[in-house]
Amino acid sequence: MWTWFYRLASPPFIYRRSAKLTPWFMTVAAICIVYGIVDGLAFAPPDYQQGDAFRIIYVHVPAAWMSLFCYTTLAVAGAIGLIWRIKMAYAAAAATAPIGASMTLLALVTGSLWGRPMWGTYWAWDPRLTSELILLFLYVGVMSLRSAFEDPARGDRAAALLSIVGVVNVPIIHYSVVWWNSLHQGATVAKIGKPSIASSMLWPLLAMFVGFMCFYAAVLCMRLRGEVLSRERQSAWVREAIK
Amino acid sequence: MSAGGFWAMGHYGAYVWPCYGLALAVLGWNVWSARRHHERARVRAQRALAMLDTNS
Repeated sequence: MWTWFYRLASPPFIYRRSAKLTPWFMTVAAICIVYGIVDGLAFAPPDYQQGDAFRIIYVHVPAAWMSLFCYTTLAVAGAIGLIWRIKMAYAAAAATAPIGASMTLLALVTGSLWGRPMWGTYWAWDPRLTSELILLFLYVGVMSLRSAFEDPARGDRAAALLSIVGVVNVPIIHYSVVWWNSLHQGATVAKIGKPSIASSMLWPLLAMFVGFMCFYAAVLCMRLRGEVLSRERQSAWVREAIK
Repeated sequence: MSAGGFWAMGHYGAYVWPCYGLALAVLGWNVWSARRHHERARVRAQRALAMLDTNS
């Protein structure tokens, strides 16, 4: 296991393995997302309270889940970089941040579009919405901080520190609907016991979860290749790799 | 469900379709941006290696 871990620290290994994995992840992502969209839009029955507006969850919930997952990955990668001084962990964090930020924006906008017909407003300073907005600011902060330093190594360390400090917001977002009175509905799928959603509505949602995860993995691989090349452009192996 | 009913989404079409459109735009932007990031890094690496060759 440790051999595998150490190989992950090798830039040429990451660069070549990413190229091989990208099409596999992208294919699974495309299949799952197409199935999820078609089943979610055309075949899942309308909700008895929300009608067809509930179909927004098939993009909103996976995007919101990815926004939390990407930020946690950012913090874990930052911690690995700071503790073990593995440069590839910083590269993974740098590659993850824009993906996570775009997912957070998608979650906020789709949530807002769902809120208008359901709550009668596009936005409310509700704990869930506010903490998710703070997450977007954290992503922007981490990306800005990384690029604010002339020395990339210092930028990486500063961004890692901010991402580790900011990870406290992840459980706050998740439990905000439990800890405070919130307009936002509680957990539907990730409940202890049985999910409170019919299986005909659940399958497309699960497909979208898998699709978004694989999509993240595919784009991470693509972005990692760029990050590795940027960071290692004067290394001998790069000459062979970019022929 | 008729085609008209499908597009209307039970009078919620104005909210549902922009969400899916935005989702596809975000996914597309991620792929485009990652490709551009890699391509730019590749060009920079080629330049860096060419400079090394010139200096040596």
